[in-house]
Amino acid sequence: MSVKIKDFSDVEYVLPGSAACAGCPSTIALRIVGKALGENAIMLMTPSCAVASIGLLPKSCYSLPTLNICFASAGASAGGLSLALDALYEKGRLKGEKPTVFNWVGDGGTYDIGLQGISAAAERNDDFIHFCYNNEAYSNTGVQRSGATPLHAITTTTPLGKEVHRKNVPLLMLEHRIPYVATASLAYPMDLYRKVAKAKSIKGFKYIEIHAPCYPGWKFASSDTVKMSRLAVKSGAWLLWEGEYGRLTLNNPTSLLAKGKMELLPVEEYIKSQGRYAHLMKSPDKKSYLAELEEEVKRGLKFMAGRAELI
Amino acid sequence: MKKILDTGNAACALAVKAAKVDMVAAYPITPQTSVAEKLAAYIGSGELQAKYLPVESEHSVMSAVAAAAAVGARVFTATSSQGLLYMHEILHYAAGGRLSIVMANVNRAVCAPWCLYVDHQDGVSQRDTGWIQLYAASNQEIYDSIFLAYKVAEAINIPVMVNYDGFLLSHSMMPFEIVDQEIIDEFLPVFQPDWRLHPDWGGTFGNVTPSDEYAPFRNRLADDMIKAGELIKNYAREYKELTGHWHGDLFDVYRPEGGEYFLLSMGSMAAEMELAVDILRKEGIPATGLRLRVFRPFPGAELSRLLPPDAKLLVFDRNHAFGTGGGVLLSEAKSVLFDRKDQVKITGQVMGLGGEDLPGDYLAQKAREMMEVLK
Repeated sequence: MSVKIKDFSDVEYVLPGSAACAGCPSTIALRIVGKALGENAIMLMTPSCAVASIGLLPKSCYSLPTLNICFASAGASAGGLSLALDALYEKGRLKGEKPTVFNWVGDGGTYDIGLQGISAAAERNDDFIHFCYNNEAYSNTGVQRSGATPLHAITTTTPLGKEVHRKNVPLLMLEHRIPYVATASLAYPMDLYRKVAKAKSIKGFKYIEIHAPCYPGWKFASSDTVKMSRLAVKSGAWLLWEGEYGRLTLNNPTSLLAKGKMELLPVEEYIKSQGRYAHLMKSPDKKSYLAELEEEVKRGLKFMAGRAELI
Repeated sequence: MKKILDTGNAACALAVKAAKVDMVAAYPITPQTSVAEKLAAYIGSGELQAKYLPVESEHSVMSAVAAAAAVGARVFTATSSQGLLYMHEILHYAAGGRLSIVMANVNRAVCAPWCLYVDHQDGVSQRDTGWIQLYAASNQEIYDSIFLAYKVAEAINIPVMVNYDGFLLSHSMMPFEIVDQEIIDEFLPVFQPDWRLHPDWGGTFGNVTPSDEYAPFRNRLADDMIKAGELIKNYAREYKELTGHWHGDLFDVYRPEGGEYFLLSMGSMAAEMELAVDILRKEGIPATGLRLRVFRPFPGAELSRLLPPDAKLLVFDRNHAFGTGGGVLLSEAKSVLFDRKDQVKITGQVMGLGGEDLPGDYLAQKAREMMEVLK
């Protein structure tokens, strides 16, 4: 499927006047996701920036029906809601086409407090799309570490930099052997759109994780959200891939980077304008820190490329 | 209508089947497990046209049925003890969200230490979640209460918990009468909610709310909870007219004539209390049994109406209200009778924790002890 950005629907599902920060990656991503899903959709959200962005009742910046459920609930609530729709459509209580059910949840609600429920929904193959917009911290509560916070990044609860690695939840999802799992980036909107449209066309559990550089959390200029997204992909800090039933395919440009057909941008190019790494850049041990992060990136790329070769 | 002999859990599952629910989610826990198993079997065999979601925890159970109720499905789940405690967060969400969920709670002690047997600590610990709570004392009452629960939940958009005692009822065979499906269908027609979380209706649900909007939502729940008492009374009567089944409305009163000592309790121990009342009456003590059927909304006005001037109320609690020196029913009764101008006297004891046996003669002895305290 080849979609050009000018082919995107002009219907907006994120309305002007949202309470999101300028340059918010969740809002940018949700605009594209809304256009790919269309109006016959039901959204579930757990506490996150995306909920704070709605605005206070009775205002709402999202024009899709939205359920704001509890923090650890996304997997079970979307699964229960989707199954209830199946029952109501089968019994003829609701007519027409079943809406697409999807979660719009941050890395806190996905990697950490909600992981159990999401894993269970994936294992049951419940019929919905789980979107994780991964801003690599609990940004909504003022930027605390999450399981998605990368090594050495400063958050308010890792004031000296995070000392441990982030999880690889998309890979965990792949190993649930669900119908579809993908990673995506704001800098590659057509790739994101294609993946959402594909997920919409598949019955069962779909997982799409979107890298979401957060300017107040990561401390870069609010105009640079998309630029930061692109640097993450080009440096190998964020990998683009998709998988079906456990079979993994790398997408471009990640695939080109893995094959050595495109040169990896130095990690320094990606992190140097992020305040959350400023302590590394100022450190007398800057070189060894950068070498460690380069190693981290290369390990990730090698691992996923190897995994793609396996099955 | 036909009479069968089966367990309380079987009675519960049969009623849920007859209520034609759309969706069930459950996580097994002793002594609830056979309810979940029977419903899975009914759905698997096609006897019940519904969907079954085998979730991985009770927190997820309530998350699943709450979201399912938001699209207007008739939903059911059952749990016990730790499972109910694990749901606690979403119990608040379900009531605040005005979602018409029905849940059976098979009462069991809570840990620590671990114990599999009955007391009411699990149910009464959810007192302020905004759920209506019914307590049954026989397998027939479990069966009938499920229909009453849906009728009330769907009329006033407040979730209902049907409580019954673990093992004493859940696993005990008792005869009970199955109501013909046409009669159930007449009493409980297909659920037609005013609104569904669906593109055809639109709207967002559970938004972040400023104080001046938040307070009215919560206050309406509090007001409607009080109104639910009248609904329960009316629907219990309507059900009686259709089926002949009657267990009382807010209270089930045993031997009211000339009562001076009123023995208040709930659950199966309150059925046993009838033996205690008989024993005391034989001794010339004017005892009356008050079996509380509706713990929430707490029927304070009804309790006061049942107590004549200078009555003596003896409260038997199968739970602790830690820090008050008694159980939850004692605190509740004292609070609602505080405004009485006459000399109603109240005392109570905690007993029967973790399944401790409560035979009639033991209850009669406890009543005598409490009478001594009031002298």
